[in-house]
Amino acid sequence: MLKFTAIMLDGMNYAAWLFLVAVGLTLIYGVMRILNIAHGAFYAIGAYVCASALGVFYAAGLPGALAFAVMGVVALIAGVIVGLVVERGVLRFLYGRDEVLMVLVTYALFLILEDAVKLIWGVESYFVYQPYAYFGFVEIGGLPYQVYDLMIVALAIVMGIALWFWLERSRMGRMTTAVVADREISAAMGINVTRIFATTFAIGTVFAVIGGVVTAPKIAVTPGIGVEVIILAFAVVVIGGLGSIPGAAIGAIFAGYARAMSVHLAPAYELFAIYAVMAVVLAIRPHGLFARASGRKI
Amino acid sequence: MSDPILVTENLEKRFGGVVAASEISLSLYPGETLAVIGSNGAGKTTFVNMVTGYLKPSSGTIRFRGRDITGSSPRKTAQAGIRRSFQISQIFPQLTVLENVMIAEIAAADGKGGLRRAALTDARMQTGRAVLDRFGLGQHSDTAVGTLPQGIKKQLDIAMAAINDPALILLDEPTSGVSSDEKIEMMERVIAPLKADDATLLFIEHDMDIVTRFAERTVAFYEGKILADGPTREVLSEDDVRKYVIGGVHA
Amino acid sequence: MMKTDFRREPLYIAILAVLLIVGFFLPSWLRFLLQTALAGGLVALGVALQMRAGLVNFGQGLYYALGGYAVGMLAAQAGITDIFILLIAAVLVSTVAGIVLGLLLSRYREIFYAMLSLAVSMILYGLLVKAAWLGSTDGFNIPPVSYLGWTPDRAVRPDIYYVTTAVLTVIACLATARYLTSGAGMLCEAVAENEIRLEYLGASPRKVAFIVIVVASALSGLGGGLLAMSTGHVDPLMTNWTTSGGFVFVALLAGRGSTIAPVIGFFLLELVRTYALDLAPNAWQMILGLVMLAVILLLPEGLWSLIERRRKA
Repeated sequence: MLKFTAIMLDGMNYAAWLFLVAVGLTLIYGVMRILNIAHGAFYAIGAYVCASALGVFYAAGLPGALAFAVMGVVALIAGVIVGLVVERGVLRFLYGRDEVLMVLVTYALFLILEDAVKLIWGVESYFVYQPYAYFGFVEIGGLPYQVYDLMIVALAIVMGIALWFWLERSRMGRMTTAVVADREISAAMGINVTRIFATTFAIGTVFAVIGGVVTAPKIAVTPGIGVEVIILAFAVVVIGGLGSIPGAAIGAIFAGYARAMSVHLAPAYELFAIYAVMAVVLAIRPHGLFARASGRKI
Repeated sequence: MSDPILVTENLEKRFGGVVAASEISLSLYPGETLAVIGSNGAGKTTFVNMVTGYLKPSSGTIRFRGRDITGSSPRKTAQAGIRRSFQISQIFPQLTVLENVMIAEIAAADGKGGLRRAALTDARMQTGRAVLDRFGLGQHSDTAVGTLPQGIKKQLDIAMAAINDPALILLDEPTSGVSSDEKIEMMERVIAPLKADDATLLFIEHDMDIVTRFAERTVAFYEGKILADGPTREVLSEDDVRKYVIGGVHA
Repeated sequence: MMKTDFRREPLYIAILAVLLIVGFFLPSWLRFLLQTALAGGLVALGVALQMRAGLVNFGQGLYYALGGYAVGMLAAQAGITDIFILLIAAVLVSTVAGIVLGLLLSRYREIFYAMLSLAVSMILYGLLVKAAWLGSTDGFNIPPVSYLGWTPDRAVRPDIYYVTTAVLTVIACLATARYLTSGAGMLCEAVAENEIRLEYLGASPRKVAFIVIVVASALSGLGGGLLAMSTGHVDPLMTNWTTSGGFVFVALLAGRGSTIAPVIGFFLLELVRTYALDLAPNAWQMILGLVMLAVILLLPEGLWSLIERRRKA
């Protein structure tokens, strides 16, 4: 029974984290048709920025609860800046080019950003465990559980709903949906596609950075953390269907519970669990659970 | 009369609630040339797409040389001996005209060791050039296809369908996109070599001059069904055909 | 497709002769660089082959690593040092992996193929990094190999390894040229351009894609095996995406007219990398990334026709 509770909680926690890191990737692809490998680097930048900001924060001896406000602020600022610099500085010159060529472009960006991170922060590890420990534990079904992890779940739900709300209810979001449906017609109707792209890319980047920021207190922030994340995010969007936001949520839940189950039931296969789910989904639905139908007409 | 080469019985295709074709029962006999006429949306291309495996019929059967091929893939129907050309020419634009034809030859040999064997043989290049000469494309053989005018592309599309002596060739609007004063000339250029191989021919056409000139038999489609089927002159003079089909074209 | 060097065996013999003769005049560090570039060039060639069929493999390093680790594990752990057995094993292991993955991936195109091939190679990377018994990120060293019972001593070993690599690379290029003139090789471009039409002509695009994936995996496995022999070392970087991205980059620039061009291209990349690593060890990736961006942004579009042509078609 304890094991069952642990699987339920861990699965939920892991799914929430995966959703946070994958949803920006799928949003950017869905709107802009760019499979952004640099997404992993954005995540890493988030983790480093968080570590640095909190380092300064704790050195100043400020009250602990404020740390979360700091995390929120740096995530937003760093995400918007990095997103806009990359989109305005590089990507906008390449719109309309082949999707696979764009993979090479974002791959080049990833390489550049990875080394930039090393140049700025060096190669040593950063630890900022304080926020993780701040709330302590709560007992759920006889199992002590980190409150911080439950807050990540809440954050993922809130962010998911906010994104949905933006896309469905706001004027800008509805225009974005229109661009996804048909770019040419949207542009002809006077929708400012350039602005939509810049906004979408910034939002997607903020998601990746938030993923890094909230993870920083749980890990040793070291070079290379972006690589694993981008591959996991790939798996999530492959399961859910590239470009689909509900797909990212479902994919995250599938992958999250697959990992939680293997951690508790068959620890040796932890690494394989997510990829096994991915392989099974691909075998049954080659383009993911929520893939949009796209067939070439003759 | 000999046995029919293609028999369709009660073919029907629905897309959701829309019936694109229904009650299509048709027999084609070896060596005949048949025109399919009808206004846009009458079910002509749907019929061709079902016979060549692009669309799976909702109900009904297709028999080719006595064998049931209902629902076979495009590749299986091609291997069985049914080839087609397309309303919008489907070719390999970056390659030369000769290379396009050679691709067709190699593709026809898939499943017979064609992928394993050397493909760039002198014999194959000769066959390729011979095919191009027969279809009047000889002077273009080393030109990249993408740069050629639409009429030449369509001629090439048809030449590729004729590779490997298929028993049945379906031409989807061979003269669309060709200027009206060149249509007859173009049909003459492609029909002659096709008939020389004794292939059974079916072509979809809107131009009644071409239908009268090249088809012995004509089938008129109207709203997804066969309205008339018989010798071309008789079909074209039927009142219903004049009213719904020919009138519809010019309206 | 027909104006290529595919059918000229004498050309390959000439190239081999040049490689062997030049090998005796080059300074040893440069010859060693050439040797490792020949091995890696086979992987770039594998990527270039798949590009002909419109498949951009961002994870070709997978087969490179499998070939390398097959040689390494047999030599270091099973004590088998015969180079012929080792290289056959390298090709075998990577080919089997190519068959299994080919069955799964041959139905994907474009972005999906690129993404899935990258993901699969990174799974192997993750596995190797976590495998302490294989030295994790450091990899492990491989003992010198033997030739039918004769183990070349230290003095002649570099020469023997160089000759082995040069001969096998050229033979592999020649075999690839043969493949390209076979039906399966010739249909690759048709798959990239219009696979629906190919189906209507009676051929299976999926089979054509599968064959090119398997051929590329065999080439890359041989490359990995030769690299393991040459450097006496393997590590997980062989299947990292930095490595695979380099192969894609080289293959794109090399084009599709020749089987030798990707090998030469990879040599040039290795040369740049050697200097860049010397000048700025922590900024090598950044330099590579900037060069890639510059090439993509500044060079005329024609260069990218290989993967962009379908958009215009």
